[in-house]
Amino acid sequence: MLNITNLKANVDGKEILKGLNIDVKPGEVHAIMGPNGSGKSTLSNVLAGRDKYEATAGTITFGGKDLLALEPEDRAREGIFLAFQYPVEIPGVSNLEFLKTSLECLHAYQNKPLLSAVEFLKLAREKCKLVDLHTDFLKRGVNEGFSGGEKKRNEIMQMLMLEPKLCLLDETDSGLDIDALKVVADGINTLRSPDRAFILITHYQRLLDYVQPDFVHVLSDGQIVKSGGSELALELEEKGYSWLESGTEQSANPLKV
Amino acid sequence: MSDNTVIDERINSKYEAGFITDVEMQTFDPGLNENVIRKISAKKNEPEFMLEWRLDAYRQWLEMERPAWAQVNYPEIDFDAIAYYSSPKSQEDAPKSLAEVDPELLRTYEKLGIPLHEQEALAGVAVDIVFDSVSIITTFKEKLAESGVIFCSLSEAVIEHPELIKKYLGSVVPVNDNFYAALNCAVFSDGSFVYIPKGVKCPMELSTYFRINEMNTGQFERTLIIADEGSYVSYLEGCTAPSRDENQLHGAVVELVALKGAQIKYSTVQNWYPGDENGKGGIYNFVTKRGICHDDAKVSWTQVETGSAITWKYPSVVLLGDNSVGEFYSVALTRNAQQADTGTKMIHLGRNTRSTIISKGISAGKGSNSYRGLVNISPRAEGARNFTQCDSLLIGDKCSANTFPYIVSKNPSAIVEHEATTSKVSDDQLFLCQQRGIDPEKAVSMIVNGFCKSVFKELPMEFAMEAGKLLEVSLEGSVG
Ligand SMILES: Nc1ncnc2c1ncn2[C@@H]1O[C@H](COP(=O)(O)OP(=O)(O)O)[C@@H](O)[C@H]1O
Ligand SMILES: [Mg+2]
Repeated sequence: MLNITNLKANVDGKEILKGLNIDVKPGEVHAIMGPNGSGKSTLSNVLAGRDKYEATAGTITFGGKDLLALEPEDRAREGIFLAFQYPVEIPGVSNLEFLKTSLECLHAYQNKPLLSAVEFLKLAREKCKLVDLHTDFLKRGVNEGFSGGEKKRNEIMQMLMLEPKLCLLDETDSGLDIDALKVVADGINTLRSPDRAFILITHYQRLLDYVQPDFVHVLSDGQIVKSGGSELALELEEKGYSWLESGTEQSANPLKV
Repeated sequence: MSDNTVIDERINSKYEAGFITDVEMQTFDPGLNENVIRKISAKKNEPEFMLEWRLDAYRQWLEMERPAWAQVNYPEIDFDAIAYYSSPKSQEDAPKSLAEVDPELLRTYEKLGIPLHEQEALAGVAVDIVFDSVSIITTFKEKLAESGVIFCSLSEAVIEHPELIKKYLGSVVPVNDNFYAALNCAVFSDGSFVYIPKGVKCPMELSTYFRINEMNTGQFERTLIIADEGSYVSYLEGCTAPSRDENQLHGAVVELVALKGAQIKYSTVQNWYPGDENGKGGIYNFVTKRGICHDDAKVSWTQVETGSAITWKYPSVVLLGDNSVGEFYSVALTRNAQQADTGTKMIHLGRNTRSTIISKGISAGKGSNSYRGLVNISPRAEGARNFTQCDSLLIGDKCSANTFPYIVSKNPSAIVEHEATTSKVSDDQLFLCQQRGIDPEKAVSMIVNGFCKSVFKELPMEFAMEAGKLLEVSLEGSVG
């Protein structure tokens, strides 16, 4: 589904990703872990097509297409969804209107029939309940005045509405209390299916307690330095990242919470 | 590094009403003196009282100074370089019906999407069209006359209804109100006149469509609307002009008289040529609009201002009568090098008078957008109330927005509330929209429409859609 080969990427002229390889098949859940500043958000931004993030070498194919040649909106229409680390507010544009416009754009591109206003509203209300947001939220501006946890739930709500093929979650679990964390995990598990894949960017084991990954990758200084199964996450929780970084011999775990 | 590179990079311009109509015109030589005013008056076969009124205004204007307080910059205007009268030759003998109107003129309005043939017209909208200095035709006149409504060009009203003109012209905006209003009084060429009799609800929307076509001419139109006791009228004006490299002056005056219990709803969709992306050309729109409310009357201004190089206008309401209501709903968009200094004045004189001001300013490119408003509560305006909300939206980071609210309250029982916000369309917001499959143009238009929602809902139904589309077209190229 997604194949990244030898990807190098610059941000503001500085090389951040330094030859990265990942292969994601439908139905798989990949977790990407790694210290702050290792390039996790950069990877998600490059995948989503954000302007300042420039791929300088390597290839990314998605569903057989050259992803790097597509505009960000077309990547979304092809089925890539990014749950943002810091969701932004759009005052005055209601969640409902935003979701409707978004869904219409996706469906038009995918040649799916457009939903009627009634069907749409029903669907939106359902998904709201799933992430434990009151339906009043639909009338409010996009993320306008939402708490941190509400913003993250809203990202999951959008993901549930849009039913993407590949879901990228950039630290969606950070800063969440246990209830919200469960909502996020439930959202992911609801969507898990043989033709859909996930890339979970996370610092912590705790999300992975609820969502079992098929693969865990450790990103360090713009490269995948180790890959393994779900047991690798536990090992990282135990030992931290430093044992993976060449030349350092630290044993304390800076991530232990 | 700016966080708005996406927006900044992509700003350019597009103006769809910028074509020129090729008809034979009769245009005065540029220049302004008493003789020119006599010639305008003679062209229109005006009665003596009108000429005297004009000459008096001209003499007062000579003594007045150009206002300099607005947040707009433009070179000194040479009033002797402007032609003060321009009319298509074919209008020499005023056509009585559409069949007699020069087809080239009719095509102009077709191109602009203004339906003139009554059977094709938007259901229930009567139109007066003004081309440069003259009114070309007014539709649905007979149908309106059945309910006693008078809707005609101001030139015609001066001749046919001199008693109403003598009583009300200049009664709301005095001749010497300001520099541009005085100039208008001296040289006004045409415009619309409306009279709604007592107790009549005008059976259709009335509208005037203003078009500037000729080069180096100024358009100085006047509109006078009188709503007699207990009557109601909804009126809409639209404006466009060709894209030209020279700046052109538009100095209009609009007077609204709402007698006891009457309601006037006045909506404007202003789309004069805004000039090019470097600020070359465009209309200088210096306009004085004011309504007066007697007891229990209501005047409501709604404006969507997307055009003009410079907009200088403050549609105002004098709340003379007790329990009268004034409203001002405004969306003003500036982009490229456009400058707008606009707002309102609510003058509370009567008891229990109420006013509402909702202003939405949108700036893109190097646009400058200022809200300037005055809420004045007089000592006898017991129980007066005002609510003001001014919101500014910035697109890109080379534009600016200012708010100048002035509040004068001389009655302690009055309640005056003011809220203001400034927000920005950021690259982050656009990227969020794109990541959800929405292209940047649609995203900006969605964000801007959301921002303007509370004003658009005040427009007559048929025009709310049009206003939304106009914003969309005006913003086209602002991002993608
Ligand atoms: N917009 C940006 N401008 C400049 N530098 C950036 C930007 N985004 C990320 N970087 C830099 O790229 C590196 C990787 O950042 P990021 O991908 O956010 O890491 P992570 O998400 O793993 O914490 C860091 O050194 C960071 O400072
Ligand atoms: Mg990050």
